[in-house]
Amino acid sequence: MSRPTLLGAQQFLTRKSFVELNARERAQALLDEGSYRELLGPFERLESPWLLMQGVVPQADDGSIVARGKIDGTDSVILAIEGQFQGGSIGEVSGAKIAAALDLALEDAKKGHPVQVVLLLETGGVRLQEANLGLEAIAEINSSLIALRQHLPVVGVIAGMVGCFGGMSISAALCSYLIMTRQARLGLNGPEVIEEQSGIEEFDSKDRQLIWGVTGGEQRHAAGFADYLVEDDVEAIKACIVEAFSRGIPATHRSQQVDHYLKLLAAIDVSHQLESSEVRELWSKGE
Amino acid sequence: MSSEKTVSTRGRIWFEALAGKRAKHVPSVPSVLVADTTLRKERVRFLAIVPDPDNRFFCARQGQVGLQEGWNLAKQVRDAIKADKNGEKRAIIAIVDVPSQAYGRREELLGIFLAAAAATDAYVSARLAGHPVISLLVGHAISGGFLTHGAQANRLLAFNDSGVVIHAMAKNAAARVTRRRVEELDKLAETIIPLSYKIEDYAKLGMLYKLIDGVNVDSPEPKQVDQVRADLLAAIADARSGQRDLSDRLQSQGAQKNRTATLVVRQRLAAEWHSN
Repeated sequence: MSRPTLLGAQQFLTRKSFVELNARERAQALLDEGSYRELLGPFERLESPWLLMQGVVPQADDGSIVARGKIDGTDSVILAIEGQFQGGSIGEVSGAKIAAALDLALEDAKKGHPVQVVLLLETGGVRLQEANLGLEAIAEINSSLIALRQHLPVVGVIAGMVGCFGGMSISAALCSYLIMTRQARLGLNGPEVIEEQSGIEEFDSKDRQLIWGVTGGEQRHAAGFADYLVEDDVEAIKACIVEAFSRGIPATHRSQQVDHYLKLLAAIDVSHQLESSEVRELWSKGE
Repeated sequence: MSSEKTVSTRGRIWFEALAGKRAKHVPSVPSVLVADTTLRKERVRFLAIVPDPDNRFFCARQGQVGLQEGWNLAKQVRDAIKADKNGEKRAIIAIVDVPSQAYGRREELLGIFLAAAAATDAYVSARLAGHPVISLLVGHAISGGFLTHGAQANRLLAFNDSGVVIHAMAKNAAARVTRRRVEELDKLAETIIPLSYKIEDYAKLGMLYKLIDGVNVDSPEPKQVDQVRADLLAAIADARSGQRDLSDRLQSQGAQKNRTATLVVRQRLAAEWHSN
């Protein structure tokens, strides 16, 4: 399971980039042909009520897509965040769409109609123009995600290039299975914030090698924070999602492995700055 | 380190005042205080994150929620869930005074987002299992710190005090990131409620169960502590008769007035979800 999914030469030549697609195209690409049905689509113009009064042009879908359809024949819903709108930030509406969809999937699961949920995470976290309502939306997303994954696995995908930061990195960590590409990054705090808060010696936000070495998909996968490292290819990502769902609900979710991680944490030597390679070596094995 | 950070003692003050002398303190790391006690007939586990100047992880020394804090909160909440598995579910009360999450390289490398997820998971799991989860906001509740410790309660209570601040980002930083002056931000917040740093504005959004008036938060009188105990007991009783998810927050008057977009999204998505 933790082996990277590598492409053969033929696949490499015919691959179709996933990262280059916008959120709607990503959802369309993952759902079986002819099965795509968008809910609260752009023609309904459910936009943020808070942006215009701050001089920011709202978007008709508020940067999040709810698309129902089938993945490999199984009922699914894709919740895709548009990284190109306000950095994929979570506002009242974009966040409510995700939280509400998770709750509806939970209701269906309880009635015996499972709908697979896939989160496509491309986000910097809370939208600062909607501050406390973005924060609340993320709290509600996290709550609903945890309730849902008691009934069926939830799969998260971070493809890049925005990555997944802020409060939504917590949501990523709550997914039953997390898929990342090498172009993806995952972290609670972005490099600039760390540098600003704790100084350049703690984190140089201009040091690209450091940034990718800490937050990049390859590192996150090697350190056990992501389940799959996958090539930037539509078919490869889809195959990976199908494989993840086939495993069912994990015996213990990563966020439940408390004793395991407390033990790992206790063994960390804090007398020197930590290297990416040390974390890979020490933390690579799951519970 | 940034000079914005002053170490707050409010978390410890309220933890000690509310837990009282009879409380049984549970061994933990110095930054995560845990005590079991009873409020009248209710068994209660109190939890607080407090500054620890000797924290092994130096970016978490001023009360920030870091790796150890997230994982140890998760442990303490989960221990209570396990112990009460076949009996009455005790109340879990988070005393919240967290300036932020910890900003450090080690924190990111070692997955602080997962530590935050672990604590979030534990609080939500407790709530879903039927434990009343209550948060008392006595100081700052900022960003990832709040998401980790406080945000997942059935019932949120806050002191009506200028030192109580719930927000997505500390004010100076938010002004910088959105390229505004602090005064501009304050001006905008007068009409755009979710931007405000004032707790009475936060209360208008309908997420708070109670805003507590008339308490000297920095040095409470015994009578005031008793009043807060009574408020907590009322919140516990209310939580026991309410929903186990967060939907009660959407039923509030504040939500009906100031989260109308959220309610419209939920209503219309449900209709479209079921059509076809």
